[in-house]
Amino acid sequence: MEGSTIIFYLLALLTVVSGILAVTATNILRAAISLLFALIGIAGIYFWLDYQFIAAVQIVVYVGGIVVLIIFSIFLTQSAGEKMPSQKLGRTVFSALAAFCGFALVLIQLFQHNFPISKDLTLTPKVADIGTQMLGVKEEGYALPFELVSMLLLAALIGCIVIAMRSKPQTT
Amino acid sequence: MMQPGLYHILIISAALFFIGVFGFFTRRNLITMLMSIELILNSVNLNFIAFNKYVWPHKMDGLFFSLFVIAIAAAEAAVAIAIIINLYRSHQSIDVEDAGEMKY
Repeated sequence: MEGSTIIFYLLALLTVVSGILAVTATNILRAAISLLFALIGIAGIYFWLDYQFIAAVQIVVYVGGIVVLIIFSIFLTQSAGEKMPSQKLGRTVFSALAAFCGFALVLIQLFQHNFPISKDLTLTPKVADIGTQMLGVKEEGYALPFELVSMLLLAALIGCIVIAMRSKPQTT
Repeated sequence: MMQPGLYHILIISAALFFIGVFGFFTRRNLITMLMSIELILNSVNLNFIAFNKYVWPHKMDGLFFSLFVIAIAAAEAAVAIAIIINLYRSHQSIDVEDAGEMKY
């Protein structure tokens, strides 16, 4: 067995096990740390696929941004060592059943379908090409969605400030 | 064990998606529900990248879709956390059962 195969299975194991821990851990801070490792595992899979740019974006935005934001909000809203109350057994069992049935359905569909897998898998996108196509205004250019996302980020920024400011005059 | 290919990545992605769905069903805490949503969005990104790599390696559309999903997920997480902290200020709790009056 090759080294890259072993690395892939290790990354897959890391991702799935930390994903399961992230949704089942009773300590909320521990759940957040497990989420961190699941996201790092996904970034590792992107590296394994030779998509370095998206892996770097994943690490910067998710691991460095969103998880830190989540951990900060945990510290702001509850004491970190506190355990969450456990759920009703019936709810857990039926949720697990629903999730498992959905997973089985997707797997059945997946193995019945034959994807047209390309011949040359060594091709990887270069960062220069990504930049050119991202800001291209010709056919296959992504300038319009790029501008739309920038407007959305601005709207989200203003929305966050408005939501966070609104209750201040009432409390003081 | 086989050489990992498209199907292996799709299986991981499907597993992550349904782990996220399970967490979304069972958790009653708004922050942990947000974490489940992040897992679901990441599984979608993994799918886009895998299809881009194995089915259309000459194009980069899957990569751009993933980039836009990541940007929108960041905006969504920021707004959601602002709402959660605001809710905590007024209710002293971030449990969804205590947030019932947001419905009306």
